[in-house]
Amino acid sequence: MVDIRTTIGSLSLQNPTMLASGIMDEDAGSMHRMIDSGAGAIVTKSIGTHPREGYANPTVIELDHGLLNAMGLPNPGIDQYGEEIKKIKTTKVPLIGSIYAADAPEFTLLAQKMQHYGVSAVELNVSCPHAKHYGLEVGSDPVLLHDIIRNVKNHITLPVFVKVSPNIMNLSEIVQTIEDAGANGIVAINTVKAMAIDLQTKRPILANKTGGYSGKAIKPIGIRCVYDIAQTVDIPIIGVGGITTGLDAIEYLMAGASAVQIGSAVYYRGPEVFHLICQEIRTWMKKNKYTTITEIIGASFQ
Amino acid sequence: MNRPVITTILTSKIEAPNIKTITFRSPGKVTPGQYFMIWIPGVDEIPMSVSQITPTVIGITFRKVGDATNALFQLQNGAQIGIRGPLGNGFTLTGKHLLFVGGGTGIGMLTPLVEQARKKKLTTTVILGVQTKEQLFFQHRFQRTGATVLVSTDDGSMGYKGFASELAKDVLAKERIDAVYTCGPEQMMTALLSLCKNIPFQASLERYMKCAIGICGQCCVGRGLRVCVDGPIFDGNTLKKIEDFGSYHRDAAGRKIRF
Repeated sequence: MVDIRTTIGSLSLQNPTMLASGIMDEDAGSMHRMIDSGAGAIVTKSIGTHPREGYANPTVIELDHGLLNAMGLPNPGIDQYGEEIKKIKTTKVPLIGSIYAADAPEFTLLAQKMQHYGVSAVELNVSCPHAKHYGLEVGSDPVLLHDIIRNVKNHITLPVFVKVSPNIMNLSEIVQTIEDAGANGIVAINTVKAMAIDLQTKRPILANKTGGYSGKAIKPIGIRCVYDIAQTVDIPIIGVGGITTGLDAIEYLMAGASAVQIGSAVYYRGPEVFHLICQEIRTWMKKNKYTTITEIIGASFQ
Repeated sequence: MNRPVITTILTSKIEAPNIKTITFRSPGKVTPGQYFMIWIPGVDEIPMSVSQITPTVIGITFRKVGDATNALFQLQNGAQIGIRGPLGNGFTLTGKHLLFVGGGTGIGMLTPLVEQARKKKLTTTVILGVQTKEQLFFQHRFQRTGATVLVSTDDGSMGYKGFASELAKDVLAKERIDAVYTCGPEQMMTALLSLCKNIPFQASLERYMKCAIGICGQCCVGRGLRVCVDGPIFDGNTLKKIEDFGSYHRDAAGRKIRF
């Protein structure tokens, strides 16, 4: 018998596949469908203090080996989104509230509201590659990041995860900062900053010109980051970036991830991707005589 | 590959004040009810249902309502636009006597479906609902197919005075209708659905779309039904379970806006 349950610190998951932030998490209905589809946990879209429309279209385009997007952090603001969170009824599938802000007071306010709405953990988005003043601009500054995490930790009792970017040269310093500041987990990686130009019109296709690259092409980048982070810190890691099959998920687990997040693969394989990946993980474990996920996590270090 | 492909506008025609049809070369098989994402470089990319389907040419018909449609309206023949599609599920025809109800610009996308129904020799009744007669378009295209065409205007300037859904109620009472197809203001479509009871029903929904590939969640209705890929055509049984239907849509930020 194969057991694919996993834990991220104090959080228990029925399976290691989580819905990544920004995918099918517009409202309670879309998140319920992802729960129905077998996701082990749900991460909300990144929510700010005020409504934000995001960028004009095109916001998402398909490239040869992945997807390129610049949504621009669209969200209805924490107060209206709170109504969606309150509608989600699930006992076995943890809901994780993703939040974005520019400084510690705003992050703290958002985290407190998320806790009030009943999420099981918060994920700090400090890695969005295409939003001025937010995301990556926060996540590449160790002093600011430390201040934000400390403040959030001091004001809520929930686990705090921090989502990091592959677009930084000081990843080791940043993840060390995150651990020192008291975060409970690291999510790696966010999308890779990228661009595509249409040859005929000679224009970048995305309305925002630059965006974040996701999907199969970025998997090796994510694997490398998770592997490096696992050697730097002791807190749990959630792997994300290009996971499309059960074998991709297992590779992330071997690199040191305790769970994985899935986004672009909802496009490649449909909403049922969670069920499919879990089944593929079970099949691989049976064939290779593993009985628990724990045996696989960090296996590449042996 | 789901990204805009550059094409040129072949023809453009004003159908009514602020309503225009443009055509471009067909990228392949297109089903009535499907849509394209139309990229106006430097402005926006918006979903547009097809209003004309031939083996070689596709047409879309739209009203000037915002920045993107205004910009598209200004473009001349030969101008470059990006197209992505065809996308979405499209209609499916069932039964022998069909009723089609189009409201406002929703009239446009029903045209290729009515043409398809008439090619299959199905008995076809069409109701075209507009606020006033100047806004009417495609009446002759429908008549040419041999369909029975009825017009309703809110102000009584032409045909039946009142809502298209009220005229449909009369038709449903007099005729044995096997299925109803509709596109138009959502409250018109909810009124129609409530009239249909056990009659098969298909409606085309419109929502703000972003990715159009089923991942961003922007256009979701009900329990995660994606208008962009699970729709835009939904049947009556599905629509009855969607609390959003006829009630609210969401803006670019995801805020609920009541109809």
